[in-house]
Amino acid sequence: MLCVALIGAAAAHADGTAGLLVRSLAASCAACHGTEGHAVRGSTIPPLAGLSRAEFRRQMQALREGTRTAPRLMGQIALGFNDAQIEALALYFEQQRLTP
Amino acid sequence: MITRRGMLHALGAGCFTTLGLPGCASLRPPSGAKVVVVGGGYAGATAAKYVRIFSEHAIDVILIEPNPQFVSPALSSRVIVGDLRLSDITCSYQDLQRRHGVTRVQDRVTQIDTERHTVTLAHGHSIRYDRLVLAPGIDLMLDAVEGLAEGQAEGRVLPAWSAGSQSLALHRQLLQMRNGGVFVITIPEAPYRCPPAPYERASLVASFLQRYKPASKVLVLDANEDVTALGSLFKQVWAERFANILEYRNHYNAVAVDPHSLTVRFEFQDDVQADVLNLMPPVRAGALAVQAGLANINARWCEVDFLNFSSTRARHVHVLGDSIQGAPMMPKSGHLANGQAKVAAAAIVADLLDQPIDPQPMLTNTCFSFVNAREAMHAAMVYEYSGAAKSFRPVSGAGGASPRPSALEGSYAMAWAHNIWADMLS
Repeated sequence: MLCVALIGAAAAHADGTAGLLVRSLAASCAACHGTEGHAVRGSTIPPLAGLSRAEFRRQMQALREGTRTAPRLMGQIALGFNDAQIEALALYFEQQRLTP
Repeated sequence: MITRRGMLHALGAGCFTTLGLPGCASLRPPSGAKVVVVGGGYAGATAAKYVRIFSEHAIDVILIEPNPQFVSPALSSRVIVGDLRLSDITCSYQDLQRRHGVTRVQDRVTQIDTERHTVTLAHGHSIRYDRLVLAPGIDLMLDAVEGLAEGQAEGRVLPAWSAGSQSLALHRQLLQMRNGGVFVITIPEAPYRCPPAPYERASLVASFLQRYKPASKVLVLDANEDVTALGSLFKQVWAERFANILEYRNHYNAVAVDPHSLTVRFEFQDDVQADVLNLMPPVRAGALAVQAGLANINARWCEVDFLNFSSTRARHVHVLGDSIQGAPMMPKSGHLANGQAKVAAAAIVADLLDQPIDPQPMLTNTCFSFVNAREAMHAAMVYEYSGAAKSFRPVSGAGGASPRPSALEGSYAMAWAHNIWADMLS
């Protein structure tokens, strides 16, 4: 069970102490998208773990601009995050392994 | 849920492929530091898990919770109307222990000594902490409504505000109510736990009665000036769907109840008699927080430093969830309790392991309200910490609500529940 922490730590410690900060930021997504981006099986809310950086960025941008009409809820949340935060989250989630 | 087989596979693959990366080498040795968490709800369970995750198991965590399982207040009104079973909103604490190494103590804390850094258990012995996370939820102010304590003890008048046996008892009362009866819901003045919850419950009961006992009524008697959350949406739903079945009245402050005749007395208006009476009294921080002298705002709510949620009365005690005086525009919700717990967990880990604390933590909130067995609607918000204000504030331009309830949002609401429960407990 130690390995769960190890996997999570891989992304977190890429740049030393920033690890805790980005993990804490990413944890604000976890209530809906699951711990470290692992949504529960069958969830209509998608997992974020394993999304490529480019895809994460593209989706957040589209949500913020309202170009993607659904889901409205996530558009309202996406508007609360700035570019630097989105970049940090994109990198973090790309480094999380999607559980098979 | 991830199957055990899938989990093991993921663990094997994950460990092998990440071996040698900086992260794998950095699982920390035990620091000897101990965090005690009191309360296993949305705030406490999340804090217990995330102190373990963020510290990479370097900090010991003890979770003290008297209940054997977690029963979610969110969605419990769906149990009252029979759309869900109690087992659908009940989760085990086992994974916290098994997967995250949290030590679980099933007991009640009777006393907190903030000077000596100890908590005393009902069974007698004391536990010392380096940091205490206190998440006792709310307590009902039964004395605020004369006759309520007696009515509740007799099972005649049920607040059913915490989920569990009262949810089922109120469900039975609803089933037994005569067609043509009046189901009365009283709502206390804000702040209280989960602002939209009483209006969601009123809508769900109206939907139930419309289908099964159409001559009946739901009477919503609100101590507030107006509906406190999603007001225009609820009123639109009520006008369009429940016009003949649900009646809303504001400024109705319940002060007494006769548990035998189910008659409620109000501060100003005439008495109202109910067939089923769901009386919700005012609430305050959980008794433990009050006893420990941490409820320093009107003797009702705990004031905290929002950067790390430490009590302004006891620096090494972090108070989370419904017990705190929230930042402006910050309701008491399960989602926010979960978010606050992660902010506090990161701050505690940073402090104990000598790392920099996040100077600008973020919080999100999503509250779903069902209006019938299928459809739900939401309110959402994002908060950022402001160093200048020493508080969280809503990020301008973000947040909002649904245009109307929908089945799609109903499915999101259930997905939200399953994901947040896993985020707390699994």
